[in-house]
Amino acid sequence: MKSLAQLKSEIEAAVTGARLEILPNPAVPAQSSLRVDPAQASAVARFLRDTPQLQFDFCSNVTGVDWPERTEKVKLKQVVDGAEQEIEETRSSLGFLEVVYHLYSVALKDGPLILRQRTVNRSDDCRVASLTPIWRSCEFQEREVFDLFGVQFTDHPDLRRILMWDGFVDHPMRKDYVEPDDYEYEPTPHDEVLERAQQHYPTQEAST
Amino acid sequence: MIDEGLKNELAKQGVFVTSLQELYNWGRSNSVWPLSFGLACCAIEMMAASMARFDISRFGSEVFRPSPRQADLMIVAGTVTKKMAPQVVRLYNQMPEPKYVIAMGACAISGGPFKQGYNVLKGIDRFLPVDVHIPGCPPRPEALLHALITLQKKIAGESLTGPDRRRHLDPTAPSEFPVPEFGAHDLVPPRNDAVWRPVPLIRPT
Repeated sequence: MKSLAQLKSEIEAAVTGARLEILPNPAVPAQSSLRVDPAQASAVARFLRDTPQLQFDFCSNVTGVDWPERTEKVKLKQVVDGAEQEIEETRSSLGFLEVVYHLYSVALKDGPLILRQRTVNRSDDCRVASLTPIWRSCEFQEREVFDLFGVQFTDHPDLRRILMWDGFVDHPMRKDYVEPDDYEYEPTPHDEVLERAQQHYPTQEAST
Repeated sequence: MIDEGLKNELAKQGVFVTSLQELYNWGRSNSVWPLSFGLACCAIEMMAASMARFDISRFGSEVFRPSPRQADLMIVAGTVTKKMAPQVVRLYNQMPEPKYVIAMGACAISGGPFKQGYNVLKGIDRFLPVDVHIPGCPPRPEALLHALITLQKKIAGESLTGPDRRRHLDPTAPSEFPVPEFGAHDLVPPRNDAVWRPVPLIRPT
């Protein structure tokens, strides 16, 4: 397989307006991925599938990632009045949702190529381009990502919930999802479960 | 009612004495027809139990019926998701009396490893009266056979009259169980209080 940098420049040369970003993965598998803008995702996907040297003809996996809003404190060194000082600055990044596609080429025995799309934010603009028109195998998995993360896939032929029922509100795989309060006994509660146990059951003293 | 000692004495002399109740219970306990209905991996063990190696037909339960109208026993084999629970209750309602339920495996009895999840029922006994619970993940076919034998003993010990008679012989007992509806986050109601109530637990100080 070609290197991602090579692939990136090829795609950018072939697809007009395509801007890609390589997201490195420092972990052991080192499966770095290509991030594509939702506006050009469909054209890029078509290029990856139809170019004879690439032939990514199979999308094996679609999954979602939730990146919530976060604020982090960054320590900066600044020179103020000739003396070097450490200044703490809070940076907040807007959250977004991410959809990850794993592409394989069955014809060339190649892959996986990991393609990512990101939404603008995670509240009112959660749209990405559906790749179901290019790879039919995405259909149910994009429905699952829609169901559990709330990503809106434009041009999806049948965007309905697939695992949860139709009247279900909210998207349960989001980090800020609040589960129904149906706590029951756990033999060895710890962490979050312990907190809930303490809320739900009176102590021995209180009941006697 | 014939005296038990006299009955044994007569049996030694070659005279077999029984009651209608015993005969009736003996007959139906040895032909419990399960509904062919599986929800998850426990159903694979249920299938194994029905095949030659474990051979559930030794106990008269080999006739897995594809229709609830012909089934006596519902083996809840696997994870009951909240989305599936109304259909399970509806299938149970469609079975004719007398009917029995075996909850097979950790998921069916308590939610199992998915207990802390958002879409799994914490045990089918929230909605249905379960006769036998089998723990295990999944239980081996022998465990299912043991549950069946336990159920047969239970059926054989049932009385047809009196205050502890079976539900279908009691005109005041409910014949149907309410089917839960889908709510915004959970089933409505989340459990049938007439069937199940939470165990009162007190946390040690």
